[in-house]
Amino acid sequence: MSKGKSKETCLTHGECISQAQRMLRERFCHQKIPGKPFGVESQHKHLLELLKRTAVRGESNSVLIVGPRGAGKTMVCCCVLNELLEVKHVQENVLQAQLNGLLQTDDRIALKEITRQLHLENVVGDKVFGSFAENLAFLLEALKKSDRSSSRPVLFILDEFDLFAHHKNQTLLYNLFDVSQSAQTPVAVIGLTCRLDVLELLEKRVKSRFSHRQIHLLSSFRFKQYLEIFKMQLSLPEDFTDRRFAEEWNQNIKSLCEDRSVEDILQKHFCSSKDFRSLHMLLMLALSRVTVSHPAIKPTDLLEASRLCTMDSKANILHGLSVLELCLIIAMKHLSDIYDGEPFNFQMVHNEFQKFIQRKSHSVHNFEKPVVIKAFEHLHQLQLIKPMEGPSVRTQKDYQLVKLLLDNSQIMDALQKYPQCPTDVKQWAASAFG
Amino acid sequence: MSRYFTRLKKRPVYTWTGRPSFIDRKLKHVFYEGLCIKTDGNANTGCIRPGDYILIEGDEDRSYVAKLLKLYDDGTGTRSSKHAEVQWFVRFHEVPQNKRKRLGRDPHPNEVFLYEIPNCDSDIDAETIITTVQVQHLEEDSPFPAAQSQENSLYVKLSWDGKSFSPVNLDLLLQSGGKPVLPASSHTDSLPKPDLEVSRGLAVDSPSRPTRSARKQHSSTSKYSQSKELSDRQPSNVIFTPAARKKLQLSNSVKPTGSKLTRDDVLAELLNEDSAVSLLEAEVTRRRALASKPSSSLSKKPRDLCICLSPIRGSQITQEHQLANGIQIGPQLQPEELVKRTLKRESGAESTEGETPSKRKDSIKKDAPLDILIEDGREAGGPVVAMTPRSRRKSAQVSSARIRQQLNYLNGNQSTDFDVDDDEEDIFLPTKKDLKSSSEEEEEEEEEESESVTGRRGSRSAVPRTPRSSRKASSRTPAKTPNKTPRRTPSKTSVPRTPRTPRHATPSIPSRTQPARKPGNVLEEARARLHVSSVPESLPCREQEFQDIFNFVESKVMDGTGGCMYISGVPGTGKTATVHEVIRCLHHAAEQDELPSFCFIEINGMKMTEPHQAYVQILQMLTGQKATAEHAAALLEKRFSTPAPKRETTVLLVDELDLLWTRKQNVMYNLFDWPTRRQAKLVVLAIANTMDLPERIMINRVASRLGLTRMSFQPYSYKQLQQIISSRLNRVRAFEDDALQLVSRKVAALSGDARRCLDICRRATEICEFSRQRSGSGLVAMSHVMEALDEMFSSPYITAIRCASVQEQIFLKAVIAEFRRLGLEEATFQQVFRQHLALCRVEGLSPVCMSEGLATCLRLGACRLLLLESSHRDLHLRVRLNVSQDDVLYALKEG
Repeated sequence: MSKGKSKETCLTHGECISQAQRMLRERFCHQKIPGKPFGVESQHKHLLELLKRTAVRGESNSVLIVGPRGAGKTMVCCCVLNELLEVKHVQENVLQAQLNGLLQTDDRIALKEITRQLHLENVVGDKVFGSFAENLAFLLEALKKSDRSSSRPVLFILDEFDLFAHHKNQTLLYNLFDVSQSAQTPVAVIGLTCRLDVLELLEKRVKSRFSHRQIHLLSSFRFKQYLEIFKMQLSLPEDFTDRRFAEEWNQNIKSLCEDRSVEDILQKHFCSSKDFRSLHMLLMLALSRVTVSHPAIKPTDLLEASRLCTMDSKANILHGLSVLELCLIIAMKHLSDIYDGEPFNFQMVHNEFQKFIQRKSHSVHNFEKPVVIKAFEHLHQLQLIKPMEGPSVRTQKDYQLVKLLLDNSQIMDALQKYPQCPTDVKQWAASAFG
Repeated sequence: MSRYFTRLKKRPVYTWTGRPSFIDRKLKHVFYEGLCIKTDGNANTGCIRPGDYILIEGDEDRSYVAKLLKLYDDGTGTRSSKHAEVQWFVRFHEVPQNKRKRLGRDPHPNEVFLYEIPNCDSDIDAETIITTVQVQHLEEDSPFPAAQSQENSLYVKLSWDGKSFSPVNLDLLLQSGGKPVLPASSHTDSLPKPDLEVSRGLAVDSPSRPTRSARKQHSSTSKYSQSKELSDRQPSNVIFTPAARKKLQLSNSVKPTGSKLTRDDVLAELLNEDSAVSLLEAEVTRRRALASKPSSSLSKKPRDLCICLSPIRGSQITQEHQLANGIQIGPQLQPEELVKRTLKRESGAESTEGETPSKRKDSIKKDAPLDILIEDGREAGGPVVAMTPRSRRKSAQVSSARIRQQLNYLNGNQSTDFDVDDDEEDIFLPTKKDLKSSSEEEEEEEEEESESVTGRRGSRSAVPRTPRSSRKASSRTPAKTPNKTPRRTPSKTSVPRTPRTPRHATPSIPSRTQPARKPGNVLEEARARLHVSSVPESLPCREQEFQDIFNFVESKVMDGTGGCMYISGVPGTGKTATVHEVIRCLHHAAEQDELPSFCFIEINGMKMTEPHQAYVQILQMLTGQKATAEHAAALLEKRFSTPAPKRETTVLLVDELDLLWTRKQNVMYNLFDWPTRRQAKLVVLAIANTMDLPERIMINRVASRLGLTRMSFQPYSYKQLQQIISSRLNRVRAFEDDALQLVSRKVAALSGDARRCLDICRRATEICEFSRQRSGSGLVAMSHVMEALDEMFSSPYITAIRCASVQEQIFLKAVIAEFRRLGLEEATFQQVFRQHLALCRVEGLSPVCMSEGLATCLRLGACRLLLLESSHRDLHLRVRLNVSQDDVLYALKEG
């Protein structure tokens, strides 16, 4: 107890807060793998058993983990691996090769990476020697030489598995699956992908060699569990250095969960996406509002964070435009309406704008054409309009066909919120035809 | 080309000696007592009589050993009318690699084995005889004689019958009487053939019988091989500076036409030189110095190197005398004098050699890197050491013990020996020079001396050498030329190039500390047996196919002919497994002496990076050589087009044939063309998935060579699948019968893929094991199988839609609503989003903003519920459903 007291005394309030923030941020940024995954116990068990059999019995396996983004595929995989490597005799035996389809964009790179991670004998330092063909032959020879009971099992973890299926001839996948189906070195091929149709990508020979085990991670939890996760993610652990602070913090989180407005925010969030990443984003924003003077997360913080999360990025851009640019946008809106989404060019927009100026010359300042062109180009740079042809097609700027990337509703919303918007402009926007 | 003709000019003339001893009137064969080999421009002739042991020109730069039994003329009067009947001997390296272990000891380098495999073609063209050789019979347990006594003798202790080594039957050896050993004439001495070294052997011989192989076969292929042989020894055009190439050409081309040195004389003289011993010691010290400081000799003058390398040609008439002189006076010669001599020859050689470069172009051949070494030596001076390493001279026994210590180093250097040899059996002039200017004077002088000594040794003494493998050469190269980029000759240099790299990387996965656990209970046992990898005792349900393939391969192996067979079938129907089973059985039969032995190699189109790698892999499996694709193709072409009576049949399995397709289809063409050659003895079994592959992707000449021996594997029926599972389980009772039937019926209906069937069964045992922890039953029941089937075959889409968030579900609904409105199966995001907003209002949800809507849409696109264009099109992104509308509605209604 005295130890705890001494710690309490040496930690100021500010230190406590910064420590709590650091801990929670690590959690939200996926730098720390939680001890147990939530809501996917059966999948977790399935994978664990499978890998255990490879590690302990030398049984070759192949499996795909399929689920939408942010469903926790990598988390489950990492949890299982951590758990597996805790067993001492497994840790001594298992070799791992982790690949990512976004990094190993072709088989040549992938093979080098595998060879490097397995520390085969043609690796010196971090360099892999030999040509592509030699590397392949070398790896296959290495895998072929040893047999089920004597050699160390190898776990191949292929993140973004679907991208590997786009490699030429699917050589790597064929060979990995072929090894997993023949009496060679025991391997477990674990593919992680978000594509539900991943099997259709596999060539028939590759497909035949794949064991067709798929573990689906489809975030199937309900709102109640979502709330639970929310609470779990924000709570500080028992072994936090300042116990009193942790207790207070957790108490606050508990009351937060019971708050009506918080529940509404979360409900809305839950409706839009069950992705863990988006929840983490929301919590991160809320957490960053905590300071010494504002030591706990309040419902208003969450509200603000939620507002930031669900903000329409393009409407935000509109708020920063000049009145001239806004007028051009409105002109374009009318053109789109008139021509039913057909593309238009600057000259048409300018004509439309001129018509408006002539009608309301007393209230809106008339601009020179070069100024208008400049404003038009600025809109282009903001990617509020998009040229129809690629940059290679050389037409005069005035006559280049463009399309508006804004919906009418967005424009009207933005006009409502635009500070000191001229009434004439507002009326013009609301009128059916220019 | 000029070189080719020069060689033609010097080819020996074969004439019968003596009267016809016997005339077979029926066959019009006239038997003779002797054959005289006379070489142009040389007074020396050699006479060969029945009973002599002879060397015969072989394929792939090897020469064969045989005993001459009969000589006869078939009376046709053509050039190849001279025939000889022989009793073959094999060298150790001719024994198939996988059977070499059966000798049970290291072979003596000069050891040959009596070849006792029946129905081997023992009739040869007499004009392929190179020369005579001494073969001594030794008792099995008697030791090999000390090496220096009989340098170029071969020893025979055992006979080889294709399966095992056994003591030689003396009667057989002496059956035709005659002198067992030809008196050692100067003629025989000049051919230092007898060493184990394969290709080097021929290289040594080739100068004295330049174009016999070309004459032997009048086909174009022989010309091809001849020219290849030439280019083999040519330095690569790309690499050499012209001057250096000239020198090499010189040493390569002006062959001493049977250089008739009296070896013994020269050796005696050499031994008399009191410097001999000290020279060797000097060499040792030099090597040490070199090993520690490779750059120490860099300062050596190129000119000197030229001198020490430039050979005295043996083609002069007064050659013998001159050589003796050369050696005697060598050490005292002044460098200038030597240069003069060399230059004289060079100029002479150039006139005959000038036109060759075009030929030389294609020589990215196995010797090229070695030549580079020489080249480097000449230019840079440093790696010149590579030339010297020959320390096993039998005549210099004084320091042989010390030399043996160096063997490891030397073994690595052998390939360069080869080059020295290849540069003929010419004599490297001992050059002693006064390099007063150099600070490292002494050391270099020693080097020079030792070089010359070793050079002499190499040229004269038929030293036993361990077989050179190109891999060794390549792995050695880095030490010599560390600055070479690893890319240049990728497959040659194999993995290591720089000194840092491990020399002989062996592909292996480290072994585990504890052995893998054995299956504990019935279900685990069943699972292990059901794994696709476990090899079943027999292959049920493929008896007919097995028999067909077996008969095909067996007949080809029996007859020693070649042929192709095309096997097709969908994945998982046991094509490869059946072929392997056939090969297993045939190997078994071969071991039981029911069949001539054969060699089986396997390539897989999927296991190579590009089709041309097929050559590399075949070559490596056949001979252990490593080569570039181009070179490998040439070597294989040569191998399969030259006759080799002793070669065993090769059975080649080409899996995933369709991936060997190239635009010109030359890989496929070659694969199917080789079996049609009479000498190739190649059986090709090609496997692919589609039945009509030959018609669909092959051009006519390829399809025609593949022939019509086809076989297709039908998908398994449910009964067969059931039988397969039960035969694998083999009395391990883990499944209920109904469960088995369900699996096999289901798979048979879907694909007939046996792998799938086994995987489902395996999964079912797992499910059973999980559930058994709760309930009690031990057998895999219907319910478990159903669950496994569901897991594997049910589409995840519906579950995915049910698990999607509310907004995602609404978006899907909006997509369908928009499709209905448009009457199309495609809409832009903007259109769908309007529907989405409307639906949100209907559902009573707060409308989402555009950004969120787009995010939702992209999430659905990522898991392929929707098919989307790339997202930079923003509002105008086109959206399509990847699921049927009914599925979406069904999923959403239930939810």
